[in-house]
Amino acid sequence: MHRTPIERAGAGRGSIGSYLMGFILAIGLTAFAFAMVWKGGGLPKGAVLASIWGAALLQILVQLHYFLHLDRSSAARWNVTALVFTLMIMLLFVGGTLWIMADLNSRMM
Amino acid sequence: MTTDTSTIEDFADSHFDHPDPIELQTFGFWLYLMSDVVLFATLFATYAVLGRNFAGGPTGRELFDLPYAFGETLLLLVSSATGGLAMLAMHRDRKQPVMAWLGVTFLLGLGFIAMEINEFHHLIADGHGPSRSAFLSSFFALVSAHGAHVLGGLIWIVVMIGQVGAKGLSEPVQSRLIRWNLFWHFLDIVWVGVFTMVYLTGVM
Repeated sequence: MHRTPIERAGAGRGSIGSYLMGFILAIGLTAFAFAMVWKGGGLPKGAVLASIWGAALLQILVQLHYFLHLDRSSAARWNVTALVFTLMIMLLFVGGTLWIMADLNSRMM
Repeated sequence: MTTDTSTIEDFADSHFDHPDPIELQTFGFWLYLMSDVVLFATLFATYAVLGRNFAGGPTGRELFDLPYAFGETLLLLVSSATGGLAMLAMHRDRKQPVMAWLGVTFLLGLGFIAMEINEFHHLIADGHGPSRSAFLSSFFALVSAHGAHVLGGLIWIVVMIGQVGAKGLSEPVQSRLIRWNLFWHFLDIVWVGVFTMVYLTGVM
């Protein structure tokens, strides 16, 4: 089957259904996180924190899949590879910074 | 233009089965976005370290209006979806709907920026500017870096509406629209992190 250049670029597999699905999931996850903080005053703080960060992570995956069309197809393979490498760098930056600064903080006390 | 394209195509011819400028341009832009992720990672790390250093000043709980930030989030999310609808219209080769959806996306994005500037204006007018505490410095650095990207995306939309109108949906124009769309979706993903880390966690 002939594919247009745009489809080969990994940007052509969106459909109205997939955008709608991604949109509904993203709205739902945002509203859930908002409600957890706004209405969930009685819940333990750790549970609220875990659920809003879980919802954020899930929403990022939803948007990557339904809006940016990242999957395991060959068109998206190098995009995913670059993303995984970037996430590793991000983990080093954020995790490393927090680790060092927390350590420094406890030694200064 | 011709020299650049032929260089890219020569490279593609010798290295890949299907030489294709749009594919290469899209991937190159994707790599730029990944470097932007690293930039935002440093700002998130800074906020994670400094976000609780209030210096006796106001905390996030006192400053942030969560329903207001939720409204900003919805505006950006809906604009991300309407940007996707512009892409779908582009794939069907329909020029007018592409311009219409880009216009809707622009207005929603403009609404987001207007809300953010309004929020910043109130904070600074009340004496809670970036110089008040380390918390506010890192807050303004992170949120305005995202806002500056959104502003860049808005200018890009205006340029693309003009190009679609003047040149039609030619291959170079489609390639630029694809890259703008990646950029716009990417900004919404970064905002998910900002909303969760700054606003939701901040008012808890």
